[in-house]
Amino acid sequence: MHPAPSVIVFTTLSGLGFGLLFWLGLGVIVPTGWVAFTFFVIAYLLAVGGLMASTFHLGHPERALKAFTQWRSSWLSREGVSSVAALVVMAIYGAGLVFFDTAWLLVGITGAVLSAVTVFTTSMIYTQMKTVPRWNTPLTPLLFMAIALAGGALLAGQVAIALILIPIAALAQVAWWLRGDRAFAQSGTDMATATGLGNIGTVRAFEPPHTGNNYLLREFVYVVGRKHAQKLRMIALLFGYTIPFVLLLVPFSHIAALVAVLAHLGGIAASRWLFFAEAEHVVGLYYGKR
Amino acid sequence: MTTLPETTQRKMGLVIDLDTCVGCHACVVSCKGWNTENYGAPLSDQDPYGDDPRGTFLNRVHSYEVQPLAESGMPHPAAQLIHFPKSCLHCEDAPCVTVCPTGASYKRVEDGIVLVNESDCIGCGLCAWACPYGAREMDEAEGVMKKCTLCVDRIYNDNLPEEDRVPACVRTCPAGARHFGDLGDPDSDVSKLVAERGGMDLMPEQGTKPVNQYLPPRPKDRVMAAPDAQIDVLAPLLAPVAEEPKGFIGWLDKALEKI
Repeated sequence: MHPAPSVIVFTTLSGLGFGLLFWLGLGVIVPTGWVAFTFFVIAYLLAVGGLMASTFHLGHPERALKAFTQWRSSWLSREGVSSVAALVVMAIYGAGLVFFDTAWLLVGITGAVLSAVTVFTTSMIYTQMKTVPRWNTPLTPLLFMAIALAGGALLAGQVAIALILIPIAALAQVAWWLRGDRAFAQSGTDMATATGLGNIGTVRAFEPPHTGNNYLLREFVYVVGRKHAQKLRMIALLFGYTIPFVLLLVPFSHIAALVAVLAHLGGIAASRWLFFAEAEHVVGLYYGKR
Repeated sequence: MTTLPETTQRKMGLVIDLDTCVGCHACVVSCKGWNTENYGAPLSDQDPYGDDPRGTFLNRVHSYEVQPLAESGMPHPAAQLIHFPKSCLHCEDAPCVTVCPTGASYKRVEDGIVLVNESDCIGCGLCAWACPYGAREMDEAEGVMKKCTLCVDRIYNDNLPEEDRVPACVRTCPAGARHFGDLGDPDSDVSKLVAERGGMDLMPEQGTKPVNQYLPPRPKDRVMAAPDAQIDVLAPLLAPVAEEPKGFIGWLDKALEKI
């Protein structure tokens, strides 16, 4: 799959933003006044910035409002609805903290649940794709949730929670990679089922429909990014999980916390790049490619 | 509404005969011709005469080489070349429709055709991700998703002569490899053809329940292996008439022998 920068930025940043909103809403951290204001500004910059970035890959962003209508069937629509709901509810909760020094518990918990639901709906957009066997697993929502909640805890300065959740996210990440490497072969879809010609013999793509490139090949048969997959996995593991974990163990300083958050962001961005670049769509089979 | 209808009154679709298709790409050309001028946005091309020509197509023809396994009677079987036109299969359980966030994609209740309402399409591309067949292509110029409409603007078009009220690809196919009809009616010509020839679904394991059916290639004729079993109707006619050359050729033959 083509790793569109807008989608990588969106899922990475907004995951972190909604993760932070989750812990804020849950009341694990109850800042007031200017501290609360700073926390909420950071969370909203991440969450809303990510959402804005995601509209850049649309063909017609001016019609984006229509995407709120089909929540009955579409995970993308559900994501839109729940993200706006989470942002509105958390804005009310945030206003309470900033202006009235009051934590409206019920509003906060509602916002926290909606924030978690938003991350879940994002992950389900990918998980539902039977056409991409690497994504089509319950491990995908687990991974997205673990990363968002671990990152949120890190950003919220909740050392104890982050020290538990970061290793969990790392484990989910490794499990997801290991399963993913076998997923295509185990999906049961191959050139024989794609063409229906398997009962005659071994099928090989002889001539593509055209000599040039096309939308399908650009979007679904993107192989450039897979070249350094193993190196990028190591980078993701080191920066996304190991460095933040180690920095949380040393005595707290704002510099260490900042480095931990930035390392985590970079590592998760590498992991998200691989999430797309390594994903093989079954349509590639028609072109004899993966 | 992007929820799928429980049932459709008819299941209009194509039957593609892989035995007959000669891979001429006429269906590709006629499809592009009709659909760039009619329903919806034109099918644009980018850099058509340059270094990186590309464009939007609703129908593309692949070619596959199938190598049969060796067996005792046929130790070196010849590979078979099969041309393979591919367009939207108008699936009963179309995954492209349910993922659409705006309701632009829908499956019609009256005939089962899967269509895109281009004025609602935001061009997010998710439907193309969900389609295992590569039937949907984003138009680079228009930024909306394009797909086969089963020539919905031909098949019900009273302004066209009756023989033209079929999809452009079917109308143009010089080999008669494409058939159009109601696959939900067991008595229709296409349904009978599918039953007779063992029509198949592409990627049945994806659970899309495609309406379009593919007819598998028939087994190839085989030249019998044993030489005495060979029947050559022309052999008596091709036997040499004169074993010994005569006349000028005879003289030349002898003269050349002596050199």
